[in-house]
Amino acid sequence: MNPEKALMTDESEAPEILAPSEPHTQTRIDVSAVAAMAGQRADTETVFECGDINVYYGDFLALRDVTLDIAAHEVTAFIGPSGCGKTTFLRCFNRMNDLIEGARVDGTIHYHGVNLYQDEVDPVEVRRRVGMVFQKPNPFPKSIYDNIAYGPRLAGVKRSALDDVVEGSLTRAALWDEVKDRLKMSAYGLSGGQQQRLCIARAIAVQPDVVLMDEPCSALDPIATGRIEELIAELKTEYTIIIVTHNMQQAARISDMTAFFSVQANEMGHRTGELVEYAPTSLIFTNPDDPRTEAYITGRVG
Amino acid sequence: MSVLTTPAGIATGAADALRRRPGADVAGSAFKWLLIGATVFATGFLAVLLAVMIVDGWEVLSGNLWHFLTHGFSQRSAAEAGVWQGILGSLQVALVTGLFAVPTGVATAIYLVEYAQGSRFARIVELNIRNLAGVPSIVYGLLGLAVFVQTIDGFTKGKTVIAGGMTLAAMVLPIVVITSVEALKAVPDSLREAAYGVGATKWEVLSRQVLPAALSTILTGTVLALARALGEAAPLILVGAATGFMSFGDANVFETFTGPYTALPVLIFNFARQPGADWGVNAAAASVIILVLVLAVNGLAIYLRNRFEKQW
Amino acid sequence: MPQDTSDLSVADLRTSASRRAWSAGARWAFALAALATVLVSALIIWTVASGAWTFISQVAWGNLTEIGWFPRRGLFDLSTLLVNSAQISIIAMLVAVPSGFGAAIYLSEYAHPKVRKVMKPTLELLASVPSVVLGVFAISFITPSILTNFFDDINFFNKLAAGIAVGLLVIPLIASIAEDALRAVPVALREASSGLGARKVTTSIRVVLPAAMSGLMAAIIVGFSRAIGETMVVTIASGGGDTSLFNLALTESGGTITSAMAALGLGTDQVAGNNLAFQSLYFLGALLFAITLVLNMLGDVIVRRLQNKY
Repeated sequence: MNPEKALMTDESEAPEILAPSEPHTQTRIDVSAVAAMAGQRADTETVFECGDINVYYGDFLALRDVTLDIAAHEVTAFIGPSGCGKTTFLRCFNRMNDLIEGARVDGTIHYHGVNLYQDEVDPVEVRRRVGMVFQKPNPFPKSIYDNIAYGPRLAGVKRSALDDVVEGSLTRAALWDEVKDRLKMSAYGLSGGQQQRLCIARAIAVQPDVVLMDEPCSALDPIATGRIEELIAELKTEYTIIIVTHNMQQAARISDMTAFFSVQANEMGHRTGELVEYAPTSLIFTNPDDPRTEAYITGRVG
Repeated sequence: MSVLTTPAGIATGAADALRRRPGADVAGSAFKWLLIGATVFATGFLAVLLAVMIVDGWEVLSGNLWHFLTHGFSQRSAAEAGVWQGILGSLQVALVTGLFAVPTGVATAIYLVEYAQGSRFARIVELNIRNLAGVPSIVYGLLGLAVFVQTIDGFTKGKTVIAGGMTLAAMVLPIVVITSVEALKAVPDSLREAAYGVGATKWEVLSRQVLPAALSTILTGTVLALARALGEAAPLILVGAATGFMSFGDANVFETFTGPYTALPVLIFNFARQPGADWGVNAAAASVIILVLVLAVNGLAIYLRNRFEKQW
Repeated sequence: MPQDTSDLSVADLRTSASRRAWSAGARWAFALAALATVLVSALIIWTVASGAWTFISQVAWGNLTEIGWFPRRGLFDLSTLLVNSAQISIIAMLVAVPSGFGAAIYLSEYAHPKVRKVMKPTLELLASVPSVVLGVFAISFITPSILTNFFDDINFFNKLAAGIAVGLLVIPLIASIAEDALRAVPVALREASSGLGARKVTTSIRVVLPAAMSGLMAAIIVGFSRAIGETMVVTIASGGGDTSLFNLALTESGGTITSAMAALGLGTDQVAGNNLAFQSLYFLGALLFAITLVLNMLGDVIVRRLQNKY
């Protein structure tokens, strides 16, 4: 579907998109039954299949042998102590690590069956389909309108359609009512929470399939955090969401699947992260398999 | 130590010891005043310089300024001579300098910061830029003479505004590069990531986000570089800015780019070399004019920088 | 609404050809510009080196040590120019270092932030005063109004006034490098000294200055290099003519490497007599280039080492 057509899609079609997500309740039980770290989950549409992902910064291994699948229209949370590589891993999904000097990703990530780490793939297009929301709100130093319109313009959306895209994105990010009268004003005039919702709106304005969120609430107060969490719950009906959070309660509240990462230091003091456990959130927080997970979620470590 | 015997004694002793005694830190205040003196000397001579030039050039500045500003050079008498050819030439040279130095300098800075940071080629370019920044201006004159005037005279038409402008462009290139590098480095990575995150190509990130964000600082650096070019005489002497009589003939403004030219600082040099007090008056008056010009341009740059200074 | 992702293929993950072309083209354009800056250096070196080689291969070596610098008569006594350059630069340093360092210490250690905020731009402004103006200042004020009070028989053109004027010109540069060096000294060092009961003057002189010593050295070296390369002040105030006789007196006129170049440059169309005169211009350029390059690299190395230290 080309972006313009997608933009024209009427809100009334939304239920149709909601519909396929219904069986997920069913699959989740299956998944919990399997509770497999790296196992192939049947019956559910898989967005990403990661195989043996190792990430190096220069000569140092930052993340070791991660293998997991991400299911569509779910919220997947990555948790773990700082330095465990959860953000590094998140940035693999839209090849954001390409931008870091000396960073190298080994392994495969298949996105709807296409390996993102093959030569023919252009990270620019990957990032349009796999959007990202960053730790600190980072609006462009432009107007609210231009912040949202920037991505669609690059993607070739016609000027006449931009107004609708901006309104639609802001509405879905639950920001429209607050900013509709000051679209031409600088985004820097918004509060921190509003700026982060603006960044979410900006990410979904390019019609992504997946939204990556890197500790999106770490710079926000509890009220703003609550609004973002509500927003995430609504957005997952349309998007697949992967979120990194340092806040376990947040992971427990909003996610369907949780991956727990841990960190090990080698004899030279260099820290390498690894995936310890990947399971449905309900299971991880009630009956974790691995003692390290249990120690972490009960607050004994980290 | 008897004061240590009673708590009350300690308290009195301490109170005495802590009291600031007048004159105790003579060396300290002397040092401070010495420093203030040095600072006043370092910055205050600009005022003296301006005052001396205004007094010396008063005869022209008070009575004859309009004539001085609107007339061309005259070898016959100081009273007839004017500086308009110099002002025009300086502006033309600055224009050519900007046309060559700004695109090259900004593009180099972009390459260094956004594409090649840390690479071997980038380190070579950086070292090269730092060294170029220390090359004396008259050496750039030799470059201009041998390359811009003689080797590529098909393009520059010899000793012309174009050759002069290119020479000064080479000279100010390091300034443009260095200030642009600073400007680009000041743009936070979060801005770049945000743009990449919505699927922008590198060029789109640079042209629509990074450059606009760095523009005011780059502009400031550019203006400072041009101010430097405006005051420079040594390299222009080597690349043939006229130091004596010159005539445009009936050339129009465009043709003057490829004809004989001079520049304001070169004219001042020429006035200063002539025997006779009345030429000295001209030199002083022209000095006031160039000081006002250069200080105004610099002031503008500093104002721009403070006005648009971004808080990230 | 997200797009359709069924039957996604590699082709869908490619950006449009035109956007990719723009991005690749821009990269090449920027790299080309960076290459151009290297080309400028290469051309400078080629220019001065080839011209200097012509001079060296043709000049009679005995003429390099003569009574003075008379290029049109084929006499190229280098010591005349080198000594004058050194004398003028040393005078300049004697003027610029005390006041430049003093201003730097004041701004970094003593000045109220508001004062600093005004003085720093003022110093920058000073750095942009055209050198011809300081040349005029030297012959119209420094010599007649100041130096004649101390020296009865001082020449109208003299090295002393030229040196002082060059010194004034270099003050902002020295002050700026020195101030950076002083501010690079960690606050913790100052606090440690104050915490031991040292007064501010003691802290400044005994702790901050030694800690910043290498940076201050760099300021002197770079300032000296700038003074050696200064042309117009010397040409106007000391080396007006294109010839000069070897002379150590500071109250006499004397040409430097740079003023000799300017004098030769003024006559490039009419350099008559010994045709080596024109080539000597390039030889002097090569000499000047080499001297300043060595000094600047030295200063650069010192500054870099300082940056790594803290």
